[in-house]
Amino acid sequence: MELAKNLMMILLTGILAENFILSKFYGICPFLGVSKTTSGAVGMGFAVTFVMVGASAVTYPIYYGVLVPLNITYLNTICFILVIATFVQIVEMVLKKFIPPLYKSLGVYLPLITTNCAVLGVTILNIDNEYGFLESITNALAGGIGFLLVMVIFSGVRGRIEKCNVPKALEGTPITLIAASITSLSFVGFGGLADGIFGA
Amino acid sequence: MEQYVLPILFFVLIGAAAGVLLAVASKLLFVKTDETVENITAALPGANCGGCGYSGCEGYAKAVAEGSAPANLCKPGGPEAVAEISRILGIEVVDSEREYAYVRCNGNCDACSDKFTYIGTNSCAAIEKFYNGKGNCSFGCHGMGDCIAVCDNNAIRVEKGIAIINPELCGGCGKCVKACPNKLIAFVKESQRYAVRCSSCDVGKVTKAVCKNGCIGCGICVRKCPKGAVVLNNNHAEIIADRCNGCGACMAACPVKCIQELPVCGK
Repeated sequence: MELAKNLMMILLTGILAENFILSKFYGICPFLGVSKTTSGAVGMGFAVTFVMVGASAVTYPIYYGVLVPLNITYLNTICFILVIATFVQIVEMVLKKFIPPLYKSLGVYLPLITTNCAVLGVTILNIDNEYGFLESITNALAGGIGFLLVMVIFSGVRGRIEKCNVPKALEGTPITLIAASITSLSFVGFGGLADGIFGA
Repeated sequence: MEQYVLPILFFVLIGAAAGVLLAVASKLLFVKTDETVENITAALPGANCGGCGYSGCEGYAKAVAEGSAPANLCKPGGPEAVAEISRILGIEVVDSEREYAYVRCNGNCDACSDKFTYIGTNSCAAIEKFYNGKGNCSFGCHGMGDCIAVCDNNAIRVEKGIAIINPELCGGCGKCVKACPNKLIAFVKESQRYAVRCSSCDVGKVTKAVCKNGCIGCGICVRKCPKGAVVLNNNHAEIIADRCNGCGACMAACPVKCIQELPVCGK
């Protein structure tokens, strides 16, 4: 019961209050780059979710099985980059071979997130927060869903901006960044939500 | 000692493991991909000029292979590329002809005087914003070389204050067409023999006052043309290439000599 409650809390906090994009500012590059259309945003969101969960599952045993016994935990960043990059490459090949439709829909987004900071960030956060395996996976899932959610919301915002008459000086990136900051502000409102629900 | 050896050993091992794993996986999971895209990419010139509207030659090759783009969009590749792509795809060769960019203005410094002296940013786009340029004709070439800046082939030079494009060097990517703030640059087909070297929209009287070489829209060429290939549009003549038989009657008749013979390209 205690575990389930804890997992739910991690999930809620990860998706809303501590959103990866809007409060931790991870993965800003795909957030600005791929949020032009909703279909692209959804594809990227699912790809990131998938890779985050996979990467957490792969790095957890490596950290506690190899790095901790050898007493070289300070090397976790480099090690994780290497492992995640390999993992994504292999996943790409497996998908290409066995699930071509999924490969096609994730397609270009998979290699894009090979060294994405959101993916690396979630694995390092798992370690920093001293999460167990299940908690790590939940945290990664929450991060991915939060990423997907914000991508979809923001693609809608950008769709609206496209139709508007933006002042010349703000066209393109500036207005996108302004919109992103306002969206980010709105997510601040979720602060303390999980604590309130679960009464921690 | 151990504190140095362990990390190195660890990374050697994990790197080797990852390498072997990837190598094995790529062998085991090898999927035969469609070679069409690669073949089409090979048939394109590889200039990545973006003239076709796609992101580089590979992007265009993908679009062609998917069938979402026609085979004749690559201008630098010319008829050879079209033929090769059509052969790869097994479709009928679309008729295509090499086109090159041509500046529709002959208002050089001898013909068209300035209305003010311009000191400022060396750019056609900037001077265009400033009273439509320094020349008396507001439709003419500013000669600041915005087209030169975007040309990958060094095909454009400014002579006597107007841009001139070397047809032999022009790759036909169309970047200069987009760069010209006065929209003076247009494509002409290689077989085309004559072109109107003016695009002024002013009425004849005004054009005559501001530029010696400008088309005054008198319409003599329209009447002299046996094929009906010359039309008046916005106060200047335009030649419809498909109808033109190259007789040269329009050029002979033009009182201001703004219709010019185009060079025969050897390319």
